[in-house]
Amino acid sequence: MISHQTLNPKNSRHKRWVKSTHWIITLSFLALAYSGFFILMVHPRLYWGEAGNSLTPALFELPISRNYHHGGWENKSPFFDDAGSPVSMSRNFAMFNKNSWARSLHFLAAWFLVLTGALYLLAGILTGHFRNHLWPRVSEFRLRLFWRDLINHLRMRIPSATYGPQYGLLQKCTYSVVIFVLLPVTILTGFTMSPAITAAYPFLLKIFFGAQSARTIHFFASALLLLFLLVHVVMVIKSGFKKQIRAMTIGK
Amino acid sequence: MKKNQLISRRHAIITGLASLSGLLLPGCSKKLPPTYGNILRMGDVLTYVAHRTLLPGQSMVREYEYKDISSFPAIGTTNPADPAKWFFNEDYGRLRSGAFADWALSIEGRVARPRSYSLADLQRFPPRTQITRHTCEEGWTAIGQWTGVPLSRVLNSAGILPSARFVNFYTYDGRMDSIDMFDAFHPQTILAYGMNGRDLPVPHGAPLRLRVETQIGYKSLKFLKRIVVTDEFLDVGNRPRGWAWYTGI
Repeated sequence: MISHQTLNPKNSRHKRWVKSTHWIITLSFLALAYSGFFILMVHPRLYWGEAGNSLTPALFELPISRNYHHGGWENKSPFFDDAGSPVSMSRNFAMFNKNSWARSLHFLAAWFLVLTGALYLLAGILTGHFRNHLWPRVSEFRLRLFWRDLINHLRMRIPSATYGPQYGLLQKCTYSVVIFVLLPVTILTGFTMSPAITAAYPFLLKIFFGAQSARTIHFFASALLLLFLLVHVVMVIKSGFKKQIRAMTIGK
Repeated sequence: MKKNQLISRRHAIITGLASLSGLLLPGCSKKLPPTYGNILRMGDVLTYVAHRTLLPGQSMVREYEYKDISSFPAIGTTNPADPAKWFFNEDYGRLRSGAFADWALSIEGRVARPRSYSLADLQRFPPRTQITRHTCEEGWTAIGQWTGVPLSRVLNSAGILPSARFVNFYTYDGRMDSIDMFDAFHPQTILAYGMNGRDLPVPHGAPLRLRVETQIGYKSLKFLKRIVVTDEFLDVGNRPRGWAWYTGI
């Protein structure tokens, strides 16, 4: 029976390397989201371009800490004599700031994500996992089929779970976007906020339009990843929670 | 029936550990900041070693145009002469009222010719002016123009000894921090006495501040008082409230 299942790709199960990388990346992502939220709370303002701070206009501001819309600035002094001169002001209040541990936790978790992610990508290419299971086939990628799959999901008509990587069209597309677009973009925009890394690789500042733009893109890509996590968990529950969790862990 | 896998989990783990230890080995022969058995500090050290091992040496950070200069918040200590604050320093107030004429930066430790440099002494070195982006750990950035003397010139003039590994900075607002020789000799690491074409303002660290452009803003200490060069990492205990020592990220 087991040999029959292994031989038949329709019944193939999740590979062990897929399961272990899945859970390491899940834990890293949760640690990154948690610490990232604390980091964002310290300066909940987002900008576009290279420079952005409390004395320059923001794209938008999030009401997520006491640092939101604060006005604790004094001793305004312009740097130059002309009217529109940039200014310096001194902060006169105590910030909410947990970045001491939040930043270190963020980067520690990022190491696990990046190293595990690199192994996963390598294995995914070498074993044919991406080609066989993840990338939608040209023949199946039809707008009409995609649309139908989407409507079915919105109506919560979710196919019940298999024990392995037999993914639907919408599922394949979503996983591909998460793995090949959203996660790489969050990692690269993360690099773009690093002064040492952008010194070595200045093209990062070009492709993301500057350090603050990279921060804003990092925020939106992370928000989409959180949205994915939410929908993913709902789909796991809808398609048979016990069966799915077993298939992704002990595998029976 | 066991399928012949290209990569087994065991292989992946062994290869992963081997490459990780390969990454750490060159660091082990040198002095590393202590981790105090704290997993977050271990992550910081891994980042430090990875940056020193994997990033190409001494790349210059991006320099901007004059028109890119932005507004610049002054945070942390904005006046060490404020008697209401914990960091109040009487000497600083006196030096400031004398327009820093009596201020001097002492350079000691592992140098052949320890001595003090007045502001005029430092300004006699060939200056360097750079318009760079300040990246604060809080998340904001600001672009400013800095004029000063490259730290490498001052260290060379004091005759830095070959065994020296760290440059430690002490400030008038009671802070202490250090950088390694890689950052100390970076061409854009300067001791700045000018900002945006004028004397360095007090809220930004007058009369002299450090600029470490390859790291996060809090490494660029303001209100410099004393520089001590050491062979060893100067362990001042787990850093206040656990801030990372290396912040190139």
